[in-house]
Amino acid sequence: MTPPHAYGWITDVLVLLPLLGALVLWIVPWPRRVAGVVALLFSIAEIGFWIAALYDFPFQGLTIAETSRLTWFKDLGVSWHVGFLNFSIWLAGLAVVVMAAAIAYALWVGRERPRAYFGSMLLLTGAIVGVFAAQDLLLFYVFWEAMLIPLYLLVGVWGGPGRSTATLKFVIYTMAGSLLMLASIIVLGLEKGTFDILEILGKGGSSSLWLFLGFAAAFAVKAPLFPLHGWLPDAYREAPAEVAGVLSGVVSKAATYGFLYIGLFIFGAINTGKSSPAGDLRTPILVLSAVGLVYGSLLAFRAPDVRGVVAYSSLAQVSLITIGIFATNVSGFNGAVLQMVNHGLISATLFLLAGIVERRTETGQLDRLGGLARGRPALATVLMATGIIALAVPGSSAFAAEFLILAGIFTYGWGWAVVGAIAIVLAAMYMLRLISAVLHRDVGPAVPAGARDLRFGELAIVVPLVACLLALSVWPAGITDRAFGKNLRQGQNGLQVLVR
Amino acid sequence: MIASIATPHVDWFALSPSLALLGSAGVSLLAAVLVPRTGRRAFSAWVCALGYAGAFVAAALLYDRSGHGTAVIAEAMRRDRWAALSAIVVAGAGLLAVGVSYNQRIRVTHVAEYYSLLAAAGAGMVFLAAANNLMVLFLSLEWFSICLYILCAIDYELVGALEAGLKYLVVGGFGSAFLLFGSALVYGATGELQFDRIAAATSAQGLTGDTLLIIGLALMLAGLGYKASAAPFHMWTPDVYEGAPTPVTAFMSAATKTVALILTLRVLTTAFPREAHLWAPAIGAIAIASLVLGNLAALTQKSVKRMLAYSSISHAGFMLIAVAANNAIGGRALLYYLIPYSAMSLGSFAVVAARERELRQPVTFDNIAGLGWERPVFGVAMTTFMLGFAGMPLTGGFTGKFYVFAAAWDRRWIWLVIVGIAATAVSLYYYLGVIRAMFMRLPAELQLAPSGGQPPRELALGAAVIGALAVTVGSFFGVQPLIDLARHAVSSSLSL
Repeated sequence: MTPPHAYGWITDVLVLLPLLGALVLWIVPWPRRVAGVVALLFSIAEIGFWIAALYDFPFQGLTIAETSRLTWFKDLGVSWHVGFLNFSIWLAGLAVVVMAAAIAYALWVGRERPRAYFGSMLLLTGAIVGVFAAQDLLLFYVFWEAMLIPLYLLVGVWGGPGRSTATLKFVIYTMAGSLLMLASIIVLGLEKGTFDILEILGKGGSSSLWLFLGFAAAFAVKAPLFPLHGWLPDAYREAPAEVAGVLSGVVSKAATYGFLYIGLFIFGAINTGKSSPAGDLRTPILVLSAVGLVYGSLLAFRAPDVRGVVAYSSLAQVSLITIGIFATNVSGFNGAVLQMVNHGLISATLFLLAGIVERRTETGQLDRLGGLARGRPALATVLMATGIIALAVPGSSAFAAEFLILAGIFTYGWGWAVVGAIAIVLAAMYMLRLISAVLHRDVGPAVPAGARDLRFGELAIVVPLVACLLALSVWPAGITDRAFGKNLRQGQNGLQVLVR
Repeated sequence: MIASIATPHVDWFALSPSLALLGSAGVSLLAAVLVPRTGRRAFSAWVCALGYAGAFVAAALLYDRSGHGTAVIAEAMRRDRWAALSAIVVAGAGLLAVGVSYNQRIRVTHVAEYYSLLAAAGAGMVFLAAANNLMVLFLSLEWFSICLYILCAIDYELVGALEAGLKYLVVGGFGSAFLLFGSALVYGATGELQFDRIAAATSAQGLTGDTLLIIGLALMLAGLGYKASAAPFHMWTPDVYEGAPTPVTAFMSAATKTVALILTLRVLTTAFPREAHLWAPAIGAIAIASLVLGNLAALTQKSVKRMLAYSSISHAGFMLIAVAANNAIGGRALLYYLIPYSAMSLGSFAVVAARERELRQPVTFDNIAGLGWERPVFGVAMTTFMLGFAGMPLTGGFTGKFYVFAAAWDRRWIWLVIVGIAATAVSLYYYLGVIRAMFMRLPAELQLAPSGGQPPRELALGAAVIGALAVTVGSFFGVQPLIDLARHAVSSSLSL
């Protein structure tokens, strides 16, 4: 159980630097404009550290590296234990990139009360990276809940007119799930005598259905999976655009990551022939995901506004990712990880673009938009490129991911793959509807003649995200070969529970 | 012939926290006559603060030098770490309460008495935590209760203060009567006053299940429940908390609850270990009643003080879960939980006090609107306290709840964990309601008249709030040292 790699100070830095940044912003009375710049510098430094961590990462077999461990309280066996696995490091990368873009966008828009705002954004960054890095269940829970605090403030203070109900719904839904997870964590940790995930894995994980249900409740609400998505449309509509992007792009991935890492590693003696909680609940979860996939796609097709389309497509995509995870084989896992990164980038870009459009037209209603492409080539190109990748056109990174997911689930049962394939057709329908309603057709009543094209600042925020997507389209194996690789047999440190 | 009465050996050191506070109470009281009006407020406040600081230091030394718990002064008191640690909490709470009180508009003719009573109440509480027989238990309970009755009503021009004082007096007297009657029955059954001898007599005389003993135990539990404001003995809490001057409420909510719970666990585990099969489920039931009632009632409150009062009832429930668990983790959990809880409770009432002084009217969810932006330090602090009450991470409230639930699970009482978790979920609504009011609504939206002018400068109160904030957040990061303190306190004092 010794960490195979050197002391992971870089993981500590990745988690703690944004928290430090948040404190710096809250305590030092920065002038208005400077606060955002300071936050942006912190988030860019964060990307730098992530690249350094990636450069250092030993991608051989399924492994955990860059770990750092410090006892937090001994008597119950809780420790500050952070590190990255092959796949979680990509999700951390997604988080830092999207957060940096969101912070840059907020700076560009000039949010009111900047110190409070940017401090919360940095706190959120640290919490999300912490969720992906935590190797101790209680620490995982701490970061999981810590995400909620800044999100509550960000939506509640800076959100739209309906923010009050939206935040209340969001918090009640998520806390109901999280508290069940806390109960599971307490019971699991005390039964095993440790809260350390790797040690629990070393002791063979758990075979309790109830405990798995506690975790699954938290993940299913946060993702969200059908029918627990009641909070989603309100929260995504009322949040500031960049916060909605973070919510659907990154925070939802914390849930799918939870399904993958905690759900399957601890509770899934899958493919070992033994029955396991995750295995027993595999069919119900797949059914909910399949329903969510089709239902979300249909709602996205019928949604009256830009954010509605992106929000419901997010429901569909997260369901697809969950299907990939519960395929429980290498291609399903790889596809799910790649799609998490893809969808995170796509969704963040689309929400930022939605915000950009709303700033020009003061509405997101599709029937009042239209004709924005004319004379605005940059906006048209960026939205088109993102939309095309989102609908998984062959050659795009989303295509690669969805192909892997479908291939993975096909080996489990071809029926699931058919549902997935239908949903991909639906994705094309809602994305093309969105593109044409915003960019093409006649000029909408809400579009002022003087509405400007993307300005340099906006391009500087959105283009890097699209560039990441294009890079992944060219080389999806950059992630898939390094996430779960080609087989899981090479796992180390008790990680081979997943061996097929 | 004076020497004919055998006096017991007095361990002055064991009494030192109480003595420091009593000394400062005496000096403050003298200030009412000897110090001129202009300097009286500052003088008596400083003396009271010094008394609490002295008690804090003395209790810390006592903790350090009482590795093995012993009975002292004719075995009437215990000198152990359990008592010392609770004395530390009480002294810390008292110190912060002095800060909160400093700018309170108390009539100058009463200000010296106010601080004198504040110190005397603390002395009684510290004494109670060390009680080792039923007599000391009752005397010290009355000692601090009488101080608090007066403190509640001392500002008799405040609307509701007299009512609060009277209600507390009557209901508190009721609780004391229960306790006294229970003690008498227990004494009648066992013929012993001292806690450990009650236990010994119970097993030696085969009194387990004795009707008299059990009725006595039940009555004692009711009496202690009054002081801990646990349901169904909570009726006085909202009115008294709302009516009393806010600094007094702040002190009561933190310190009274601390000693009441500390003593409950001590009495139950040392005097009635053989009745655990009876009192543990009973305490569990009281805990559940408190959680359900406190949380549901808090949902509908408009006044922030009343909401906090119901929240304190629900927290009594959480802490009683730890008592009901009746195991070592439970003891640790209780002592640990009390530290951030006291800080959060004191801190939140302090913020309410600041708002009250600014607006000159009771603080409601409506008129606290915009506080977060107007006074960011108080806003951030209050947010932290509310998140802490709700058991969110980055505050000691989270680790406290975690330990409490761990204790219940360690006993395999999953039903207590489930009720606790459901209560936490419900409580989010009203705790977040405060945050929503402070940050997400502006006074302009609510059409409130601006109070006008600069808010008064509140250096002492600000220091108290920041102190409470530091404890709330610090107890999350410093779990290990605090838990070590609590573990030694349990192992040196109780047989869990």
